[in-house]
Amino acid sequence: MTAELVRGQNHPLSQARLEIRVSAGTPIVAAASIGDEHGKVHGVEWVAHPGAPTLPGLEVSRQAAADHRLAVDLGAVPESVHRVSVLLALPTGAGPVRFGTVAAPFVAVAGLDGDEVASYTITGLEAESAVVALELYRRQDAWKVRAVGQGYTGGLAELLTDQGVPQAHQLASGINDAVTQGLARSVQAPPRPADGDRSRQAAAAQSPDQGGPAAQGVTGPVPPHPMSPYGTQAPGVPPQPTSPDGGPAPGGSPQPTTPYGGQGTPAAGSAQPGYTQEPTPAPEPSAATQPSPTTGGPIDYSHPRRQNAAPPPPPPSAPPAQPGQPARPVAGDATGWSMDERLYNQVWGMFEDLARSTAAYRSAVDFADSRMEKEIDQALSDPRSRIGGQGDAAREAAQAKHAQLVDQARAAFDRDLTQLTAEVEVVEPALPLAFARWDNPVWHGYRVPMEIPMALRVGDLHLPECAELRIPMLVRLPLERGLWIDSGAAGSLDGSFFDSHELKRLAMDTAVAHAARLLAVHPAGEFTVHVIDPAGSGAQALAPLVRTGVLASPPAAGAAGVADVLARLTERVDLVQMAVRAGAADALPPGLDTAEQLLIVNDFPHGFDDRAVTQLRYLADEGPAVGVHLMMVADREEAAGYGPLLDPLWRALLRLTPVPDDHLADPWVGHAWTYEPALVPPGSQVLQQVLTQVAAARTKYT
Amino acid sequence: MTVNMTKGQAISLQKSDGGSLTAVRMGLGWQAAPRRGLFGSRTREVDLDASAVLFADKQPVDVVFFRHLVSDDGSVRHTGDNLVGGVGQGGDDEAILVDLARIPVHIDQIVFTVNSFTGQTFQEVQNAFCRLVDETNGQELARYTLAGGGQYTAQIMAKVHRTGPGWTMTALGTPANGRTFQDLMPAILPHL
Repeated sequence: MTAELVRGQNHPLSQARLEIRVSAGTPIVAAASIGDEHGKVHGVEWVAHPGAPTLPGLEVSRQAAADHRLAVDLGAVPESVHRVSVLLALPTGAGPVRFGTVAAPFVAVAGLDGDEVASYTITGLEAESAVVALELYRRQDAWKVRAVGQGYTGGLAELLTDQGVPQAHQLASGINDAVTQGLARSVQAPPRPADGDRSRQAAAAQSPDQGGPAAQGVTGPVPPHPMSPYGTQAPGVPPQPTSPDGGPAPGGSPQPTTPYGGQGTPAAGSAQPGYTQEPTPAPEPSAATQPSPTTGGPIDYSHPRRQNAAPPPPPPSAPPAQPGQPARPVAGDATGWSMDERLYNQVWGMFEDLARSTAAYRSAVDFADSRMEKEIDQALSDPRSRIGGQGDAAREAAQAKHAQLVDQARAAFDRDLTQLTAEVEVVEPALPLAFARWDNPVWHGYRVPMEIPMALRVGDLHLPECAELRIPMLVRLPLERGLWIDSGAAGSLDGSFFDSHELKRLAMDTAVAHAARLLAVHPAGEFTVHVIDPAGSGAQALAPLVRTGVLASPPAAGAAGVADVLARLTERVDLVQMAVRAGAADALPPGLDTAEQLLIVNDFPHGFDDRAVTQLRYLADEGPAVGVHLMMVADREEAAGYGPLLDPLWRALLRLTPVPDDHLADPWVGHAWTYEPALVPPGSQVLQQVLTQVAAARTKYT
Repeated sequence: MTVNMTKGQAISLQKSDGGSLTAVRMGLGWQAAPRRGLFGSRTREVDLDASAVLFADKQPVDVVFFRHLVSDDGSVRHTGDNLVGGVGQGGDDEAILVDLARIPVHIDQIVFTVNSFTGQTFQEVQNAFCRLVDETNGQELARYTLAGGGQYTAQIMAKVHRTGPGWTMTALGTPANGRTFQDLMPAILPHL
């Protein structure tokens, strides 16, 4: 319930801590002076103004703004003070010079809870350029507020003279200097501390009794040089702005203390609704962070409550390169909001660079070949060249030209490779768990993560030109397509042939490595793995998963097991889909596992009847959108009996191989990249250790 | 300091301080000429397309245009198709970025062309220009204005070719007809 005051009216104040809100249509200077029982202001140190914004129990903002919030703590004001006057003035130099030309300033006194106690619109101003808006005064040990509205055509100087300030003119010009400096000041004020920070500050805020007004004030005219917002440069100003709440200010704290300190939290919190009701709300920090020049008020387009969306820390930049040398690479030298995102983008950047460099090299070599062939053909088809050594000479010349071009191309390619290799060398050790190879030491310090990473490494990619340069192959999480570990297709790149039994075992090992990695990079209980192993042929490979107990249930065996697992997962997909489509996600049955599901299918199509195959296809199509993923360990040939029926299934899955195989194409140039799965080094215990921790975390979680 | 080029003029892309350019941008800008007549305020949209054809010893090796925005080697990049022009009001509407240092060694000429995809002749285009900008500092190196648009739908703007260790740009400004760069090949070949 707000009392709307008219000029001269007064109103009792029940609270000691107040916020005085000022809003005007144009940037104005807000100041406050304190006076004794006779209303006399004894000196410049009795005035809080933009050049010296704090007095005990009083804080004003540092610059001109259309909206101000002055903080007042009447309990912290020294005993000798009987009057606090709120002064408004138009900044000199630019903009309007008289209050008659601007909208009537509005002043309100609000309590800590944000409720306005009294408000006053200062009407009837004409040629005045400074005005005493309100007066808070002590009457028989209680404070009251009075609407004053006394204007002065002579500006602040006249106003201050009237209040009895000895060096009124000097102070007025000092204030104007400070305001002008404030406008031009480029130092960004630190963002308003979060509420948590406030309480920390307040816990250590300085007692006002230790530093009285004399210690606080500015002696003599306000220093004309720009003051740091941290208040460390101005002579006469104590290094730390003190909080009237009491307690020493934290040493070296870069935050300007707020007079409300920790107990001010309710003000910060509950004052927010008030912001939305005011016509032109501009919270004080925005005015402080946007020293707007003379025109217009500081319009803050930022969301008032989204101040914590600080930009990400800058990426590590490469040190300046030696002249003539390419810059040394740095891990994380890419765009992104987090280090993981930067590394992800950097890896993709390296992938693209290698693809393109190789394309340039291959294209140059192809061109050199075709040119040489053409030239030799030409030389041979010319009958004259058959006489004497002319033909040979032409052939040699063509070959020399060829060799020269290929050398040049190779030199350029080598230069790129050197750069990329150096980059891989710094990036690889910096990779987080989900992107790292199994032999990366980061796996030895494994802790169950708290959030799902953005991508997962499924292996390495390389090109025949530079087999030693491996690019991590990262796929986004959650998986958009299922995985197909191809246990068929004998005959690998290096000529060694695996028999089908051996290949099946390798495929299952690969599947387990991928599944273990997926389990490890998800937070506890957010990833569930089901296994269908109808004939039990994958038991040996699955042992790490089974032994550590990270599986949801033991591997399903036989046709009945297949049908059971598929039925459960199909039902889950149906339920979640229905809930999503109906927009009723909370209507899911309480027992439903909300984790992402992975189904490993070994030995497909063994143990599958037609119904099961249909369900499997349904899962592959509809599952990824609702968090059910498929990992098939299968030989396509074995399912050939189904004919083209299953072709869409295979196409929908990302094909990975248990042995190096060049079946993956890059999206830019379409080179055939050799894929090598991310496998646990032989003899390493890392998988066991990681899965044990995953299982332990799961037990704790559930 | 920009050089206003005339037809056939060649400028070297060596920097004045001796260093050679590493990255240049070929910018193309245009506006549709206002139509005269009853509904004069209505301008018909003109879609010009910038393309770059990479030649190795007079054979086209690669092309960068609106359907293939990056050359396979990544050294030449098109910033994207602009269908109407005039958005920049004097700025580049389409641009092709060329990383000279990364161009494959066998590429010795790059020809820049402009086609009217919508079929209007250059008479219906105004303020069309083609300029070469040093991408490292934004400085304009050369500007070539399509003066006096005529009854043709394409123009072979300029070529950048290797000379010794560096590159040279030659303004060509030859009119031609065609919807995309493929139609221009016969017209380009004499300039190689």
